[in-house]
Amino acid sequence: MVEYTWPDRKDSSVLGGSHDKVDGPAKCTGTAKYSYDITPPKTALARALGCPHAHCKIKSIDTAPAEKVAGVVHARALKKPGDEIEWQGELIAVVVGETEGAVAEGLAAIKADYEPLDVFVNEEDLDAAEAAGRARKGPGKVQLENEPGDDEDEDAFEEKEIARLFREAAAVVEGRYGIRAITHMCLEPHGSTCDWQDGKLTAHLSTQNVSGTPGQFGGPLGITADDVTVHCDYIGGGFGSKFAADSWGVLAATLSKDLNRPVKLMLDRDTELKIAGARPSGFADVKVGANSEGVITIWDSHHWSTGGMGGGSLSQDVMPYVIVPPNFRRRTTNVRTNTGPTRAWRAPNHPQGCALSQTAIDDVAAKLGMDSYELFRRNLVNVPEERRKLYEEEMKIAAKLMDWKAKWHPHGKGPKDGSVVSGLGMAIHTWRGGGHPSSCRVKIHPDGGVEAFLGSQDLGTGTRTVIATVLAETFGLPVDAVKVNIGSSKYPPSGPSGGSTTVGGVAESSRHAGLDALAQLNEKVAAKLGAKAQDLVAKDGRISDKNNADKGLSWKEACGLLGMNPLEVTSRGAPGRDSKLSSSGVGGVQMAEVAVDRETGVVRMKKFVAVQDMGLVVNRKTAESQILGAMIMGIAFSLFEERIMDAKSGAFLNAEIADYKLPRLGDVGELVVEIYEPEEERARGVIGLGEPPVIGPGAAISNAVANALGVRVPVLPMTPKQVLDTLKARGA
Amino acid sequence: MSNVEKHAHGKSGFSRRSFLKGSGAAAAATALAGGQGIAGAEEASRVVGPGMSKITLVVNGQSHKVDVEPRMTLLEALRYGAGLTGAKPISGDGSSGGSTVLIDGKPASASALLAMDCEGKKITTSESLAGDKLDPVAGAFVNHDASQCGFCTPGFVVAVKAFLAKNPKATEEEIRAGLNGNLCRCGTYGNIIPAVLDVVKGAGNG
Repeated sequence: MVEYTWPDRKDSSVLGGSHDKVDGPAKCTGTAKYSYDITPPKTALARALGCPHAHCKIKSIDTAPAEKVAGVVHARALKKPGDEIEWQGELIAVVVGETEGAVAEGLAAIKADYEPLDVFVNEEDLDAAEAAGRARKGPGKVQLENEPGDDEDEDAFEEKEIARLFREAAAVVEGRYGIRAITHMCLEPHGSTCDWQDGKLTAHLSTQNVSGTPGQFGGPLGITADDVTVHCDYIGGGFGSKFAADSWGVLAATLSKDLNRPVKLMLDRDTELKIAGARPSGFADVKVGANSEGVITIWDSHHWSTGGMGGGSLSQDVMPYVIVPPNFRRRTTNVRTNTGPTRAWRAPNHPQGCALSQTAIDDVAAKLGMDSYELFRRNLVNVPEERRKLYEEEMKIAAKLMDWKAKWHPHGKGPKDGSVVSGLGMAIHTWRGGGHPSSCRVKIHPDGGVEAFLGSQDLGTGTRTVIATVLAETFGLPVDAVKVNIGSSKYPPSGPSGGSTTVGGVAESSRHAGLDALAQLNEKVAAKLGAKAQDLVAKDGRISDKNNADKGLSWKEACGLLGMNPLEVTSRGAPGRDSKLSSSGVGGVQMAEVAVDRETGVVRMKKFVAVQDMGLVVNRKTAESQILGAMIMGIAFSLFEERIMDAKSGAFLNAEIADYKLPRLGDVGELVVEIYEPEEERARGVIGLGEPPVIGPGAAISNAVANALGVRVPVLPMTPKQVLDTLKARGA
Repeated sequence: MSNVEKHAHGKSGFSRRSFLKGSGAAAAATALAGGQGIAGAEEASRVVGPGMSKITLVVNGQSHKVDVEPRMTLLEALRYGAGLTGAKPISGDGSSGGSTVLIDGKPASASALLAMDCEGKKITTSESLAGDKLDPVAGAFVNHDASQCGFCTPGFVVAVKAFLAKNPKATEEEIRAGLNGNLCRCGTYGNIIPAVLDVVKGAGNG
């Protein structure tokens, strides 16, 4: 009976070590091939045309002029007269041609006529949304410790009880907080190169979901998924926006079938930002009460948000965030705007929930004249009991790395360096990150070569290296001895890479497959050595008897016992409650130090500390990179990026790289990462990491700015304009 | 590796004299907007277009005969004509740095240059850094895990090569000030800074 466990820390050879990404050289020299880079012979280039209006009816579309352009192979309308368009950029036509220039000329030649309709894009203004009939009440929740009397009206009791709790609170803070919508901005836009041949489709699709997308192509093309191969060795960014084949993926496949040649259809940057994914905004009216110790006793919030026209706005579950007092009420409103649909954005809902609620909680510290660290510490009574100690320990480590005690000053009371003031802020977060279903096929060749096959993908987290590390540990080999094949739907299926489920999922399946294969190999080795199979250990390139180290074979000799054919084993991982390999649920603490120039409104990152647990660490190097990257993405939405919509026309005004502001290398300050992996965390097994560290930055950085200025800049991103407007409005 | 016939071609609607001099970026913008010719080309002796002309691009020391339209960017010619896809199409105007290549040793965005302007010039792409012995800058990127999705990375590595050629003893402060032309969405800046510093230290020892 094989027991699926990890070796102890002291017995681990490569597990938990710091390994270069096995595909690092390919990525760093540009030899890695992304979907955009794959161009089979005779490939035609396609571009789709986005609708210039945010809300309109199509009166006419004429693609005939495009087909007259030299170099254009084909053009077709994707909408017909009478069709309604509900957001700018919605695809209305496509042009296929021999060169980018011909396609661009063809797109410009298309004649279309529209009947503009009413537009609403400014969800921040709830009154305007209500007046425009765009606001709809969403779900909410009330939790009160006391219960109404038998003959008492529930609503009246609720109001009375909440009023009483606020009356009895030593400090009450009331404010409006917000975080604007952002996009995914994958540097490789959505799209594919589709190659239809003899009734079969190969789709080189930029996807986070290699195993799950073939059927999405098959149905519309009149074939079944077995005739579809989705291939993606490398993906240029996904962040939650690339789970589907998408209408434009199916379009590329259809065009390839119709034109009988491969077709490459990648969205252009402008369209990418308009239609291929956004994170919902969040705005909230918050009232929060605390006792004289700073412990939150009552929370009352109403938040509103937009998910575009089709829903998908900010969930109610994340308000208040992590710090949840025994008494709270939360209400929500969904606003329909003529903006592109939202898609899962790294840690869906959590960054907004954290930014909207842990800012309000930090304002209680300011009101009470308390150190923010102390207020957060005291409020650990309001976090789930099983994680109190974890947060407390992580806070201690973070404070030490930040030198919090020495640097702290009361809100707005710090020393001034000319017009520049500095401040500290913190936040805590949580995420699930349980492994997804995954299967792994391991092949051990008679000459000692080892291969793994998984229908998984690498978002940039180092999926290949994680699998190689697990199998190398299992077989007692170096990491680079294991060849990992992912990125094809023809390999054993793995789940989509979302929700920080991949590392847990593939670690499970590759450990299962590795141990299962080793058990079979050990039978042969045991027979040869005259040992018991269960006494054999694979370590340092040898399989030997644990009771007699001299009794053993080199890995290569052992594999030689396989005969002519390789040993092949396919196994499924078994994540869940009973697994000793993986688990779910993490914390995490972040602390930011900023410098704010009161004259220019510019916020600079000085130092940013993240302490993060993730159960058992598989590869320290790539884990640290995930945290660093998340911190920088957090700096981006805290200080730089936002989707800017024109209220009158509904146009997305900054849908180009040059206009959509993101931090550059010089904007990130000093970044400090500490992985928290004590024995009790390591014993839980592998837990996903990609998402949690992107949650805290909004609140941590906003709290640091509030500490520096003595007033809250209420809406993220805290651009210079936001900062100056706040200072002006508050007369600070 | 030259791949002349790989990219199928049609006839361009544009006809105008080639411009052998002038700003590539401005020229590209004008050309893509359908502009009619660029004044000031002194050597307006060769008439090209409409449609394709065969030119020779020297990339990473190898000659590639490629068919280009007058309006074709260097990036398109590299990717579809020469089969070199290390330079990435991220922004058309060079604002991402994703298509950074070296032209006679100087960094430029291939997306904002016309292919024809690059004939006779020494073009270096990220692929030149690969091989049995990895280039030291690419090697430092690998060692510091300074790539995630990796789509921006080749352009970034080439930009760092050019930066260090000019600033071989760059300090951390100079690195933070001098490498802001390249955009990364995954957030690898925190790994790139120590990677570049490592190369500086290595160069100092050598």
